[in-house]
Amino acid sequence: MNVIDIKSLSLTFDTGDGPVHALSGIDLTIGKGDFVSFIGPSGCGKTTLLRVIADLEQATSGSIAVNGTTPELARLDRAYGYVFQAPALYPWRSIARNIALPLEIMGLTRAEIEARIKRNLELVNLTGFEKKFPWQLSGGMQQRASIARALAVEPDLLLMDEPFGALDEIVRDHLNEQLLHLWAKTAKTVVFVTHSIPEAVYLSTKIVVMSPRPGRIYDIVESDLPRGVRPLDIRETPEFLKIAQRVRDGLKAGHSYED
Amino acid sequence: MSAVAAKPVGLWGRLCAGSTVPVLTIVAAILIAWYVGVLALNAPFQRMLYANAGVADYSVSDFVAATMEQDRPVLPSPQQVAREFWKSVFTVPITSKKSLVYHGWVTLSSTLLGFVIGSLLGIGLAVLIVHSRTLDKSLMPWVIASQTIPILAIAPMIIVVFNAINITGIIPKALISTYLSFFPVTVGVVSGLRSPERLHLDLMRTYSATTSQAFWKLRWPSSVPFLFASMKVGIASSLVGAIVGEMPTGAVAGIGARLLSGSYYGQTVQIWAALLTAALMAAVLVTLVDVVDRAVRRRMGVRS
Repeated sequence: MNVIDIKSLSLTFDTGDGPVHALSGIDLTIGKGDFVSFIGPSGCGKTTLLRVIADLEQATSGSIAVNGTTPELARLDRAYGYVFQAPALYPWRSIARNIALPLEIMGLTRAEIEARIKRNLELVNLTGFEKKFPWQLSGGMQQRASIARALAVEPDLLLMDEPFGALDEIVRDHLNEQLLHLWAKTAKTVVFVTHSIPEAVYLSTKIVVMSPRPGRIYDIVESDLPRGVRPLDIRETPEFLKIAQRVRDGLKAGHSYED
Repeated sequence: MSAVAAKPVGLWGRLCAGSTVPVLTIVAAILIAWYVGVLALNAPFQRMLYANAGVADYSVSDFVAATMEQDRPVLPSPQQVAREFWKSVFTVPITSKKSLVYHGWVTLSSTLLGFVIGSLLGIGLAVLIVHSRTLDKSLMPWVIASQTIPILAIAPMIIVVFNAINITGIIPKALISTYLSFFPVTVGVVSGLRSPERLHLDLMRTYSATTSQAFWKLRWPSSVPFLFASMKVGIASSLVGAIVGEMPTGAVAGIGARLLSGSYYGQTVQIWAALLTAALMAAVLVTLVDVVDRAVRRRMGVRS
């Protein structure tokens, strides 16, 4: 069964300057255990599409199923963990309490909450930072904490909106590698939004190339790189560069330079 | 700030580096202005006194000294006020009608009662306003309109109306404090409850949090800094409200009553001593709210 099934989905925002076609005629399926990236220039609707999957936006027409049900029921069922562009940690809660936040809302027992905090902090290499407040951590560590928070819900589906966009190249490489380890270990389905070609090709089993005005899918690239944890220097191989080239061509062709 | 600068040397250097010297400079400037005012305002009456007594040859220093020590000066000198303050705070038994501790306590008790009711009312209104569009539209205009009525006009009405139904003493006065203090708290907490970023609200939605979970885990903690800022304004307003509430009704106790009796009998020194008490009370109350504010912020992990 597909985790996500989208058929001819469109979304139009009504603004003061008339309608904006954020998404138009989207057809996409994402299978269990896939790592799928949405890539495209700003304004192509990649974040909006992720928000539709998360039931943070509603489609105007077309159909979408998440886990075989509506996005709303999937959200109420806490089917996914969402990682935002910014860490979005609550500044008045320590790192441990931030990770506890969704767990408190889910009504888990104290012991279970403490166990999950410990487990997920270990997973993102933040053990020992439980009592620190967000401002005491670097940007990369904050983002790792927010990933731990999303993982603590123990969802089968992880939605990530440019989670490493604000970080420098070296930290980003490191977190990309860690993310693949995590994915390989937990067999989750990941939907990942990015505007970096190397990041998308390095991480994904499937790359969705999007273009703006109206936001639509231009190309879907199935990666033939080996699944699982890939070494960082796979990025120098001809196979990698071939996929990257196809993504780049797609971005170029889909991009209008009128404005 | 002195952490980066070179370490100040000696007592004088340390004083200059801190806030001691600026603070003392301002205090000195105020005292000088005060003494000049005393001399200018009391001089005409002093000249008259000398003329009536037939004293013609007085030295300048005698004249200046005399303006500082009149019985009922237009503007009492600082040392007169200080002496009166000392006398009525520390030497008179606190149960006496002449004790500023007694009057201060009467005012303080209704200030605090009014402030507590006002803060709770303000928080309650803010919660309703934030969660209901209808109440936002229907309640908020009244909240704002309530503050356009001069407190001096409405205070006697409140006292009289409550007197008519046999409620006297602390309650009507406290309600005037409430009337003044609920407003800043309402406005502040409404802003505070609406202050969470879109991102933080979206996060709550991805967790399928209920409205009350979103309130207690996000909106309420976000509003805490706003709450304390508005409570600092609120507690000062409460004190003003309590004093105003003691003035128009022939109240026999409280800072307001003391001010009023002072003005009946031309006891300017007594008025100024009462004013000084009110100012000190306000400073202490605002400081207390600030101390609690800091303690709460430290607990909430705000970087210091």
